[in-house]
Amino acid sequence: MKMKSKVLIIALSLYTGIGVAQKIKGSDTVLPLSQKEAESYMKANKSAKITVTGGGSGVGLAALVDNSTDIAMSSRKIKMDEKMKLQDAGRAYKETIIAYDALSVIVNPANKVSQLTREQLEGIYTGKIKNWKEVGGDDLQIVVYSRESSSGTYEFFKDHVLNKKNYASSVLNMPATGAIVQSVSQTKGAIGYIGLAYMEKEVKALKVSYDKGKTYIAPSMATAKDRTYPIVRPLYYYYLTTVEKTVKPFVDYILSAEGQKTVEAVGYVPLTK
Amino acid sequence: MKTFYKKFSEKFIEGLLMLSGTITSLTVVLIVFFLFKEGLGVFDKKPVEEGYVIALSKSNPLKTLSSEQIKNIYDQKITHWSEIGGKPDSIILFRAEDISNFYSDEEIGENFEGLSTCINRLVDSLPDIIAFFPKKYLAKDFKGHELTVDKVSLKEFFGGKEWFPTAQPSAQLGVLPLILGTLWVSFGAILLALPLGLAAAIFMSEIAKDNVRRIMKPLIELLAGIPSVVYGFFGLVIIVPLIQKTFNLPVGETGLAGSIILGIMALPTIITISEDAMRNTPRAMKEASLALGASKWQTIYKVVIPYSISGISAGAILGIGRAIGETMAVLMVTGNAAVIPHSILEPVRTIPATIAAELGEAPNGGLHYQALFALGCILFLITLFINLAVEFISNRKQHNKH
Repeated sequence: MKMKSKVLIIALSLYTGIGVAQKIKGSDTVLPLSQKEAESYMKANKSAKITVTGGGSGVGLAALVDNSTDIAMSSRKIKMDEKMKLQDAGRAYKETIIAYDALSVIVNPANKVSQLTREQLEGIYTGKIKNWKEVGGDDLQIVVYSRESSSGTYEFFKDHVLNKKNYASSVLNMPATGAIVQSVSQTKGAIGYIGLAYMEKEVKALKVSYDKGKTYIAPSMATAKDRTYPIVRPLYYYYLTTVEKTVKPFVDYILSAEGQKTVEAVGYVPLTK
Repeated sequence: MKTFYKKFSEKFIEGLLMLSGTITSLTVVLIVFFLFKEGLGVFDKKPVEEGYVIALSKSNPLKTLSSEQIKNIYDQKITHWSEIGGKPDSIILFRAEDISNFYSDEEIGENFEGLSTCINRLVDSLPDIIAFFPKKYLAKDFKGHELTVDKVSLKEFFGGKEWFPTAQPSAQLGVLPLILGTLWVSFGAILLALPLGLAAAIFMSEIAKDNVRRIMKPLIELLAGIPSVVYGFFGLVIIVPLIQKTFNLPVGETGLAGSIILGIMALPTIITISEDAMRNTPRAMKEASLALGASKWQTIYKVVIPYSISGISAGAILGIGRAIGETMAVLMVTGNAAVIPHSILEPVRTIPATIAAELGEAPNGGLHYQALFALGCILFLITLFINLAVEFISNRKQHNKH
């Protein structure tokens, strides 16, 4: 009996390779990227075993605190209180930016407006600007679409475009990016925001200015890559220094030229060297 | 011996039946207990996140602020202390992460060793500051004063008009728009579905020929088998643009779109149950009515409907139940803006949609989590009230008959 279980354990450890299975958990935005990277990494390294699960940036970082994941993926920077929780638990962590994600501000193709400043966006999303004619468009009520508050995109847009102010109550919250594209494409006065990877022909992306209207930049892979487009957010991996040895090869793989090619294929913006 | 076995097995089966009844009731009681235990916890919490403090400078005369005032200050809708009864100076906002704008990294320290001293100095030096930071960094000899924030009150919760459960520093938990949104949508749904459903049921049970009925019935039952997400998608792509064009609205995601979708979803329940009830009307009663010279319509109106009223109301209750509790389809078509709707042609946010969209990211046991459970309690009470009301009405009708 004992002999058998020993054989089993040996067989299992051979199967899983030398390194134990790595667990990656967190942001749903980073999830498709991590999955693709893990797939191609496992294809190249037969011994590696990586499981990727979603649940949201907060879930991943919480799992890092109670040590139930090896890597936490996050579409936002670690928050102050999460940092402190890690510190209280006596864990040192490392932060790596693995890719960038650009957010496009979209409107209906019939809309005359093709560019807005950050201040105007803030006004629209906080409810101060209610009609397109105030920003150079037709006399048409602005219908504002946003993601649900549970989304990391919601938080990022609030912090970086709305200057940490709260959205207006009248903003329409959609459960998914696809729903925003659908609604904006069929509503004349609509405005919304989506990840660059989700861009469709049925909607028009706006040029955005972060310098009070001096230069307007259109969102594209090229402008996101050279960082001239302002609404770009980094996507992070967080891991504890204690497991650095086991996770490092995979993280290095993502940062390699091959891994960064996958980043672009999935629709995110690769790091520039 | 045989009789003993028979008796024993009978007792055993009896016991088994009782047990399943008890388990079911116990489960219901436990669920309700859990719901209310979590939900009522919200009134024991402060709207400011646990472990954080909001502090003012010593020279500031204000001692307490409401949750709404704090939000408006941080949204820069209130920019001067005089607007809330203080000095005429403009407010300086401060959050812990802004500290690097005031002090160098060396002063703060790599592991924030110097942070409490820095915050202390900052609050002391700026008399117009409002500072939001973790309690951990409250210095022992803190020179400002901590702002007291009241616990979430019943009035704030049920009367509040703003729903920002994740707002920092102070969450806004006004559920009034959500309750009204739910009622508007459900009421609209039942207004659309009840007459249509009843008419279809009457047609199928009394007027339609047998072969027509044989085709219609499975078709209507098929309606109940469509997943709600499919209804939602259908609503978003077909009904929403249709409403927008018909009423010439700026936005098509409205309460009406939700009502129409929910109405369609409630139809099969209403039709099948009321039709079954009507078909159960004894033949003798109908024939007696016809023999007395009543027309077909008079028989339906005076005999069939009164006889089957309890079945019809049961169908209506189950229909409303589905309408009020339905989540996914509503989430996709109503726009989910937490504003108090003035008409059915405006976007609304319902309670189930809110719970479904937000529970995933709400930290376990926190204020937001408990607020969502409190919403669940409200939903439970609404359905309970409707059930009781309908039961009361149908009971009274039966009494009148006898």
